[in-house]
Amino acid sequence: MGLEAKLASDGFLTTKLDAVIAWCRKNSLWPMPMGISCCAIEMMSAVDPKYDMSRFGSEVMRFTPRQCDLIIVAGTVTYKMAHVVRRIYDQMPSPKWVIAMGACTSSGGMYRSYPVVQGIDQFLPVDVYTAGCPPRPENLLNALLELQKKIEGTRARDFQNKPLLDLNLSKN
Amino acid sequence: MEFRELVTTKTKEKFGSDVVDITNFRDDLSIEIKPERLLSFCKFLKEDSELDFAMCVDVTAIDWAKRKNRFTTVYHIYSLTNNFNLRIKSTIEDAKNPEIDSVTSVWKSADWYERETWDMYGIKFKNHPDLRRMYMPETFEYYPLRKDFPVMGIPGSLPLPKKEED
Repeated sequence: MGLEAKLASDGFLTTKLDAVIAWCRKNSLWPMPMGISCCAIEMMSAVDPKYDMSRFGSEVMRFTPRQCDLIIVAGTVTYKMAHVVRRIYDQMPSPKWVIAMGACTSSGGMYRSYPVVQGIDQFLPVDVYTAGCPPRPENLLNALLELQKKIEGTRARDFQNKPLLDLNLSKN
Repeated sequence: MEFRELVTTKTKEKFGSDVVDITNFRDDLSIEIKPERLLSFCKFLKEDSELDFAMCVDVTAIDWAKRKNRFTTVYHIYSLTNNFNLRIKSTIEDAKNPEIDSVTSVWKSADWYERETWDMYGIKFKNHPDLRRMYMPETFEYYPLRKDFPVMGIPGSLPLPKKEED
């Protein structure tokens, strides 16, 4: 028996609108699966029935950026691919968040060489970094929970001056 | 006669002094030929009915860094009827603007291999149908597998998307 049983007749709660909105947002993150290499396998595993990311409201993988508010960059990002990742990120409506999954995405990882971007934070605002090569599904879930904590603290006015669809595609 | 000997005797017979070197290392036969004769040598290897090297498996290059003749192109070819692998090498004399004949007229499959070699070593293949970069962006100005190219690349040579500060 939860809260609703106690408040069954004419019950009400008082809270802040910001708190309600943030609570809704954090529990309905729709991820864009930016699976570029082997991290994507662990990302798929995180959604499967064993680890079940839907427990945290985040199972709705959308294959179009226009329906997403979280991009999980899972894999080695080369300089050529960086433009594609950025283009996809730009097409997501804000508010939007970024998880850098795995060593390659966070820092270039073992690919310390000329074609690989040494960390996607050079061209994307990363919210949560995930360690591991590749990270276990639990680790990705942990990243998601960390992100939920971060979203919990946001207020509506944090996003007010941002355009809904920030299409910065002129350079590409 | 063993096929290996057949290849060497036929090569010596036909190309004589243009053959720079023939080596047999751990059962790998490689023949080094002067770059001017490379194309006719390849044509001969493919069209000779006994040798029948019908397949080009790989084209790559070596950067010797400090030698006077800096670049050597390497071709791996295979005879399906004789089940035999052969390596052909050809050393280019011009180290500044390395150029060599394309073998795409002999083996079509050499097309992308030569493009990759052009991309990585900057060796120009004459008469190649479509000599563009394979991996690196079209605007890239360097050749990454050359010995004087730093492992971490040249800062600023590959553009990244802009990140707006928030």
